Amino acid sequence: MSYITVNNQQSVPADTIPELGYPEFLELNISLVENHPERHCVLYFGYNYRKSIRLVCCIADDLLHNIMISSSVVKSDATLNSFSAKILSFEKFEREIHENFGIDFIDHPWLKPVRYPEEGSEYKLKMAEYPFFGIASEELHEVGVGPVHAGIIEPGHFRFVCNGEQILHLEIQLGYQHRGLEKLMLNKKKLIERTTLAESIAGDSVVGHTSAFAYLMESLGGIKQNDEILFSRTLAQEIERIAIHTGDLSAMCTDVAYQLGSSVFGRLRTPIINFFQEWCGNRLSKGLIRAGYNPYPFTKELADRLIAILDAFEPDFIEMNKEISTLPSMLSRFERTGMLKYEQLLEIGTVGMSARMNALERDIRASHPYGIYGTLNHAPVIKHHGDVFSRFQIRKEEVLQSIAYIREIVKQIPDSNTFKKAVITLKPESFVLSLTEGWRGEICHAAVTDSNGDFVIYKVKDPSFHNWLALGLAVRNNEISDFPICNKSFDLSYCGHDL
Amino acid sequence: MLNTIKILFHQGKQFIPDLRKAKVPGIYTGRPEISTAKTDIKALVECCPTGAISADPVAIDLGKCTFCRECERLFPDKIHFTTDYRLSTNERERLIIREGISVPITLNPDKVRKEIHALFGGSLKLRQVSAGGDNSCELELNACGNVNFDMGRYGIEFVASPRHADGIVITGPISKNMAAPLQVTYDATPSPKIIILAGTDAISGGIFAGSPALDRKFLEENHIDLYVAGNPVHPLAFINGVADLLGIK
Repeated sequence: MSYITVNNQQSVPADTIPELGYPEFLELNISLVENHPERHCVLYFGYNYRKSIRLVCCIADDLLHNIMISSSVVKSDATLNSFSAKILSFEKFEREIHENFGIDFIDHPWLKPVRYPEEGSEYKLKMAEYPFFGIASEELHEVGVGPVHAGIIEPGHFRFVCNGEQILHLEIQLGYQHRGLEKLMLNKKKLIERTTLAESIAGDSVVGHTSAFAYLMESLGGIKQNDEILFSRTLAQEIERIAIHTGDLSAMCTDVAYQLGSSVFGRLRTPIINFFQEWCGNRLSKGLIRAGYNPYPFTKELADRLIAILDAFEPDFIEMNKEISTLPSMLSRFERTGMLKYEQLLEIGTVGMSARMNALERDIRASHPYGIYGTLNHAPVIKHHGDVFSRFQIRKEEVLQSIAYIREIVKQIPDSNTFKKAVITLKPESFVLSLTEGWRGEICHAAVTDSNGDFVIYKVKDPSFHNWLALGLAVRNNEISDFPICNKSFDLSYCGHDL
Repeated sequence: MLNTIKILFHQGKQFIPDLRKAKVPGIYTGRPEISTAKTDIKALVECCPTGAISADPVAIDLGKCTFCRECERLFPDKIHFTTDYRLSTNERERLIIREGISVPITLNPDKVRKEIHALFGGSLKLRQVSAGGDNSCELELNACGNVNFDMGRYGIEFVASPRHADGIVITGPISKNMAAPLQVTYDATPSPKIIILAGTDAISGGIFAGSPALDRKFLEENHIDLYVAGNPVHPLAFINGVADLLGIK
């Protein structure tokens, strides 16, 4: 075999991943993905390996529910043919590898910087010298926005090329939020330090990222999760989805100046995140998820409280959505704005709700189930227009779906265990890939250990890593005044991308 | 129109009537108390992910604390987190909680710059700069303005441009790549101006402290008017801290 097949969160000895010559490696992975819409690359990364670089490519198959992994060892001064020339969705992975190791991909469309990391970068470019795509014409003008934006929002720079009011091209420059997180994962050895780092990857996806981390650690530590752990993580993930989706609906109303919707959705989010505080002491669920044990037992009283909150939430949420669907002034801003076709989503490698907005079914809960999603028979919410309104409706329907799941799973609360701390010893020379479905989409963590069971590499991939390009393409031929609503309807993570 | 009125009616009253006396629901992780009980001090100091706990006497630095409650879980007789959300002060030193002493965290009135009460007491416009923030403090600062917390009742608001602002609120550990934009934003704010650090990451770097990807020189070169501890900051911690700074009763 030229690749091995693993399941989500299954650890394997690192040397069982076959090593191919680079041309075969390239050909294999292209043939796995090409003309297979049910497959996509969840992670492609490199790490230092015997004075060379080992490239590892992970292709997930949504129908077979497994992940195909292959590798190739190359020299850091190598000049290689790129994957991106054939399949565009590898574009950013190769830029990242180029930035970290200096490998040159000769037919890559444009090897631009990704994050401007503090060290190890072959790029001597300064942030201010980023090579933006430009179109020379007296008819056109450029608009630069950011990195500091006109709201309480993270930094990133947007460069528009406009013809009058119309956007011809948008390029998004990120990296401002880079904190060196993947390196800190290696340098900090204590479990609690690493857990705290995982919680800080993206503060709006604490459950998604921390559970991806916890499943990964447990897999490498050979720990089987008890029912309580699986239950509480699944429950927390769905509460997080409801909270952030509702907050986004509020923000989307704000961006089209609909005050009532903005206020109502804004206040509806409050009892949901306050419930996290009642459960674990933190409104954004920091502290709730720990590898190896569940620090905050979910009691019958908490379940009753949660159901009461949802009972009060649901009618007001439905009423507000119903009202919006009758307002022509709202619909005219949402419909046919920021559209992407199915073919584009597939080409970019879009994941999560940004893929599901136009018929591309990417949902780890269904395709690579973990936690107790297997018992829920999750059917992803799919829309077919790829516009702002599709993204609005997906949020609405996913909130209602999550409420239904919560009502179902809290009927049977597993017994609580009283562990207070977990000791996890990582298996040496192993590889593991952990996927979860955060509210944005697929969150991927992966790690390789050395002979002492220490991390050689820890990789984090937020769904935003792929989806930023989707935003860039969605705004083409839209008015520049529609940019804010397009941006908010994706609501991508800056820190999750920049790490 | 009728529907709109119906929806409005269904919301009931959502605002918190008195933000200065509000209670937080649940087991909110606020100001800790440290008892004088004997315990394995070395293990206690070791268990903290950010080195916020020190010995002799045992103390927790809330400017470094991530409020993860690991120490409370392992040493329940020694550490107890209360629901006191008043975690703001203008003196860095006051964020350090010592064993056997349980007093609320307050501002040092003598250290509040004179012009702040007079100029900003009735209205304060702030510009927020996220410098490597993980979007949790940013979400909570946004929540300060929602219909529940309604910080605007005190004339405190976030504005879009630093040119309209009386000060900046920094979140995040200040990444190298954001150091220059932060300076530009601060320079664009007209004087007199204040600086508020919101959240553990901003105050000390938090779990990112010591990362080579940070550049925290800005904080050494400028006077900080208010520290708000939290991971993330709770809206009530932020609003009450700013209100105290402005002398709002």
